[in-house]
Amino acid sequence: MVSPKVRGKPVALDGDRAVAEAIRQMSPDVVAAYPITPQTEIVMRFSEFVANGEVDTEFIPVESEHAAMSACIGASAAGGRAQTATAGAGLAFMWEVLWVASGTRLPIVMHVVNRSLSAPLNIHCDHSDSMGARDAGWIQLYDETVQEAYDNAIQALRIAEHPDVMLPTLHAMDGFILGHGLERLELLPDDAVREFVGVYKPEHSLLDVDHPVTYGPMELTDYFFEHKRQQAAAMERALEIIPQIGEEYGMLTGRYYGLMEGYRLEDAEFATVALGSTAGTIKTVVDELRDQGVKAGLLKLRCFRPFPATTVAEALGDKKAIAVLDRSLSFGAQCGPLFLEVITALFTHGFSPKVLNYAYGLGGRDIVPAQIHQVYKDLIDIDREGLAGPSLRYLGLRE
Amino acid sequence: MVINLKKMSAEQDLLAPGHRLCAGCAESIVVRQVLHAVGQPVVVASPTGCLEVATSPYPYTSWRVPWIHSAFENVASTISGVETMYRSLVKQGKMEDKGIKFVVFAGDGATYDIGLQFLSGALERGHKFLYVCLNNEAYMNTGIQRSSATPLGAWTTTSPVGTAIPGKRENRKDITAIVAAHDIPYVAQAAPHAWRDLITKAQKAIAADGPSFINVLAPCQRGWRYPPEETIAISRLAVETCVWPIYEVVDGEWKLNYRPSPKKPITDWLQSQGRFRHLLTSENRHIVDALQEIVDQQWAKLLERCRV
Ligand SMILES: Cc1ncc(C[n+]2csc(CCOP(=O)(O)OP(=O)(O)O)c2C)c(N)n1
Ligand code: SF4
Ligand SMILES: [Mg+2]
Repeated sequence: MVSPKVRGKPVALDGDRAVAEAIRQMSPDVVAAYPITPQTEIVMRFSEFVANGEVDTEFIPVESEHAAMSACIGASAAGGRAQTATAGAGLAFMWEVLWVASGTRLPIVMHVVNRSLSAPLNIHCDHSDSMGARDAGWIQLYDETVQEAYDNAIQALRIAEHPDVMLPTLHAMDGFILGHGLERLELLPDDAVREFVGVYKPEHSLLDVDHPVTYGPMELTDYFFEHKRQQAAAMERALEIIPQIGEEYGMLTGRYYGLMEGYRLEDAEFATVALGSTAGTIKTVVDELRDQGVKAGLLKLRCFRPFPATTVAEALGDKKAIAVLDRSLSFGAQCGPLFLEVITALFTHGFSPKVLNYAYGLGGRDIVPAQIHQVYKDLIDIDREGLAGPSLRYLGLRE
Repeated sequence: MVINLKKMSAEQDLLAPGHRLCAGCAESIVVRQVLHAVGQPVVVASPTGCLEVATSPYPYTSWRVPWIHSAFENVASTISGVETMYRSLVKQGKMEDKGIKFVVFAGDGATYDIGLQFLSGALERGHKFLYVCLNNEAYMNTGIQRSSATPLGAWTTTSPVGTAIPGKRENRKDITAIVAAHDIPYVAQAAPHAWRDLITKAQKAIAADGPSFINVLAPCQRGWRYPPEETIAISRLAVETCVWPIYEVVDGEWKLNYRPSPKKPITDWLQSQGRFRHLLTSENRHIVDALQEIVDQQWAKLLERCRV
């Protein structure tokens, strides 16, 4: 590893404010956003930047999230940079047009602060919102810390706009836990961010009136399928581009990013797989277990879409037992969405370790080290005694 | 603003021929008239609807100008994004100010119903664009379903004429007045037979300093059930019967643009289209009377607003 090119400024910020700073530094041409807990801080903070003339961005205070994404679609098609931020119901309200954004190949960046979906109404964290959008053609990154929220926010733009990708990209941070959690992080100097994101030069633009282009045409049975295949191919290419940009970002900051992070994983016998801030809790437990002589490890997935199947399978294939932690439910399914991906990756790569799936943390229910200890204990048990009981278990639930 | 018909007829239409709209469809007539008035450079947006599907079957397009379709409900937000991006790029010196104009052509379903919130939001925020409603008083693209622009008593496929219920039970709402209540600089109603009036309105609208809105009656031979060659005659009849008064609201001042003399009876209007045929029986006489009363009341209210 080379020493970073720039020195960051250490600050204490919550995730929302850190992301607002990242947006300010990227200075998109248009931001259209609507407030919703626990994302509201981002919109409020960014509105202050606009009011104080600290950004060149034109801010559209839309009347809904659906309008926010729709305005981003228009703005992005018009050839500049467009961003938004949302959470929970806001993301769900956008659902239809998330597909329009990706199908039109518009490199919009969205900052998601994870929140559960009603009913009952709940403002706290789970991943139902972003998992509900998992098939919508957006690249999805997950943040473990406030630092990662900031770093992923900035990298998301480069990933989205890469000519081999051209897909909208979102990064998701756990509501309240990161969104309102004060952490130490390093902010890059403004000009370092500006240089990293560079200048956006789209191939086409609605505002290029001398070269009129039709955006969003009707396609029926003859062409639609081929264009969907192209979107899938762009996702496949993103698997290569995301680590490249993570490497470049690492050279700049000293913080390197790949598709996933293995924590004491290589020689581990028992592994968990998780997204987001829970990975931090798991790391603590892994350290404790290692002190006790248990070969525990963690696979923290950074990139959920595209799903890095080969990377994950290769990292997990030799494990004795694996637990996948899902912070959302797919009602009526056999498992959560993350488990589904991990199992498919293992199976299609010829591995069949023992596996368990845990649903946890819905509606912001705390996940504490004792529960993670229980997970590893279960893994050791099923390794010894074989799988007994359901493969989908509920963690931290009062039953 | 002079209108030179000779010059205009020599200009290239910005909507190319060869599109798939029905013969006699008013939508292309209105689009061509408005775009002649607006001129280039212009960026156009349309929601899902007849115009969109008929002009953009990939890999073909009828649009000689930049054009975007995003979804059914969100055209006002989409154009908000386009217009804001333009302002942003110009302000930042990232592109030169070419005086680009922004125009929406949207159906009544996209305007009165599913897109009303988006339209209201865009008007309130004051984006500079012209929104033209192509009002054929139903969801034609999906097969003639009722909208809140469909008049009382009309047959549609979701207000069918049954043995218990004779067509639509509710009257249409007055979206033009609703839009005018947003206090935007220019609002109007128009109809394609009055081409000079429509073109003048489009010119005024696009010159306005802020959002503008024109609700244009767009007779649909398929949905209204009349022979395709009668579109312009039907348009005229709507105005002569005061079913579709043409007027404008300039900076809050209401102005009547045409006063029929004599005002033709509602029965002339109802007889002209198959969608009202069932009303012309003795048992539905009360609906005809109710329609005449509504027209009279609304006409009187309009005259009052226009102080004539
Ligand atoms: C969210 C959504 N709901 C429903 C539809 C189906 N749909 C497409 S066009 C349309 C009606 C269009 O009516 P209008 O706006 O009046 O335009 P017209 O076709 O009559 O010109 C409907 C219901 C859709 N595309 N999207
Ligand atoms: S159905 Fe009506 S509105 Fe649609 S293209 Fe045909 S005539 Fe025009
Ligand atoms: Mg219609």
